[in-house]
Amino acid sequence: MTGTSVSSTQIAPPETPPPTAKAPLRARARRYRWLYLLLLPGVLYFLIFRYLPMFGLVIAFQDYLPFLGISGSPWVGFQHFEELFSSPDFPRIMGNTLFLAALNILIVFPAPIIVALMLNELRVQVVKRSIQSLIYIPHFLSWTIVASLTYLLFALDIGAVTSFVNDLTGGNVAFLTDPDWFRPLIILQSLWKATGWGTIIYLAALTSVDPNLYEAAKLDGANRWQQMWHVTLPAIASTVVVMAILSMGNFLDTGFEQIYLMINSLNRPVAEVFDTYVYSLGIEQGSFSYSTAVGMFKAVIGVALVFGSNWIARRFGQRGLF
Amino acid sequence: MSKLDIPDRQQHSMSQTSQATSVLREVKRGRRPSPGSSGQKTLGSRIFDTANVVVLIGLAVVTVLPFLYVIAGSFAGESELASRPFFLWPHDIDLSSYRYIFSTGTFLRSLLVTIGVTIVGTLVQLALTTTMAYPLAHRRLPGRNLILSLIVFTMVFSGGMIPTFLVVRQLGLLDSYWALILPMAISPFYLVIIKNFFQELPAELQEAARIDGCTEIGVFLRIVLPLSKPILATFALFYAVAIWNDFTSPLLYLSDTDKWTLQMFVRQVTVSTDLASTVGQLDSSYVPPEQGVRFATVVVGTLPILMVYPFLQKHFAKGMLIGSVKG
Repeated sequence: MTGTSVSSTQIAPPETPPPTAKAPLRARARRYRWLYLLLLPGVLYFLIFRYLPMFGLVIAFQDYLPFLGISGSPWVGFQHFEELFSSPDFPRIMGNTLFLAALNILIVFPAPIIVALMLNELRVQVVKRSIQSLIYIPHFLSWTIVASLTYLLFALDIGAVTSFVNDLTGGNVAFLTDPDWFRPLIILQSLWKATGWGTIIYLAALTSVDPNLYEAAKLDGANRWQQMWHVTLPAIASTVVVMAILSMGNFLDTGFEQIYLMINSLNRPVAEVFDTYVYSLGIEQGSFSYSTAVGMFKAVIGVALVFGSNWIARRFGQRGLF
Repeated sequence: MSKLDIPDRQQHSMSQTSQATSVLREVKRGRRPSPGSSGQKTLGSRIFDTANVVVLIGLAVVTVLPFLYVIAGSFAGESELASRPFFLWPHDIDLSSYRYIFSTGTFLRSLLVTIGVTIVGTLVQLALTTTMAYPLAHRRLPGRNLILSLIVFTMVFSGGMIPTFLVVRQLGLLDSYWALILPMAISPFYLVIIKNFFQELPAELQEAARIDGCTEIGVFLRIVLPLSKPILATFALFYAVAIWNDFTSPLLYLSDTDKWTLQMFVRQVTVSTDLASTVGQLDSSYVPPEQGVRFATVVVGTLPILMVYPFLQKHFAKGMLIGSVKG
């Protein structure tokens, strides 16, 4: 089957006559001059907007002053990093970031898997498709809209949920400003926005399960729970692993927009994470070097997490990403 | 490879396609043998099915309920919003919130700005992404692997917010709409997916065009792009939704309130304590229906996306799967 699917490209003549290995570089470059011309704008984009900022990370080791530029600003070595690690902000922000990241992995990540498995058990396709159409919607809305919806529903006194809960319990919870309610609100938002859409990838993996496996399992006397546990779950395990690696790479990306839109002076002690800290120090207060150092610390940990989780996945016999 | 080989292979692949379509038809009719779909059902199995449907429908209802409430609230008067905590149908239809939003220049201007930036941005992004993807689809292009690995590297590591901000400022793009477009002009993920797609297009047509004297640019414009319309539509939507929903870029790069995008407008109206000055109300004696305006703003901010939602759903799901197959 795989043989036939690639056959069309195999029969086809090579797209260009193979250049002989000995053809001089200049001749080969001439042959491809139009292609290089097409490549140019994209390469410029990557150089200017992706690699220049990476080069700009050197200001983390400087006392960067805009009017002196990178070449004129004094070098200070690891001073900003030392400042970060000894700052009282650091354990607080690290803690907040890790707490949210852990909640994301434990609650937001498995949610689409569970919903996809439930959807997979539905047999009336019309019902299944209608439910899918409805739960995909939030994915397309901006965080601004999500935050505004949250404000309208949870506002003090007039929010629908606030008045409902407070009437029911007789309490007087201020969801939007109470530090204890910040994390539940954020997780609730993430679940609402991402769960439905997240099921797509698992549902796709589920369609590739060989129906004969279920028949065989049934013949062996497996009930539905056992079928799910022994047939369905192993079938999507590799997808789950790939998604887990990808989300590990974003482990510390707590979502700047989401947090920024929900943060306020009262919940800031539990709400401040690396991304918002970088924004408020760098953009609002103008300490470019220090905030760059903070951002760089986070980015380096992110890279380590991607490669680390990929390595672990391979140790466990999964394909991994690289 | 003998000539006889070809028809045989074609036949084979044709029978496979028909097999695939029949499977597809089965799936559409809901006859795909799924767990528990055949054989006698136990009581436990039936209880599970019922509970499953109920929970999933509950999930769908919880997902859309906030919208229905906000839509209902946007048509209600201030007094009703203050007195009734939750309703899906207002007692009296009151359009003053909408009238107020559309009477202020700020909303209409932000809407036009967002539409303009989204259209121009999507075109720029598509142009840059496809022109870069096409040469990279040539396996023998000298330097291709180096460029590809440099692109993949940007997927896992980036300069971050502040260095990017400084580059944008250095380029003089602050308070320019280009700052909303150029810094994210090419998504490395989409680029790689589109490159893979180009790589798998049948080579015969391109080869024929080359023999007829087409340059590579001609092949790209006349053969490759027309063949790729469906996937380009998908990624156009991806890009467009990203620009439309973007809040970080206007927050970072635009300080001039006249340049607000729709997302900035929604944000400012939601958190403002002085609505009249936020939206630039001309007649200062008029007291706006503050809460109603917040509801209506969320509705008008959501509506454009919901209007194109049927397209989005179809194309996004497709794009998502193309991406995942390549892993």
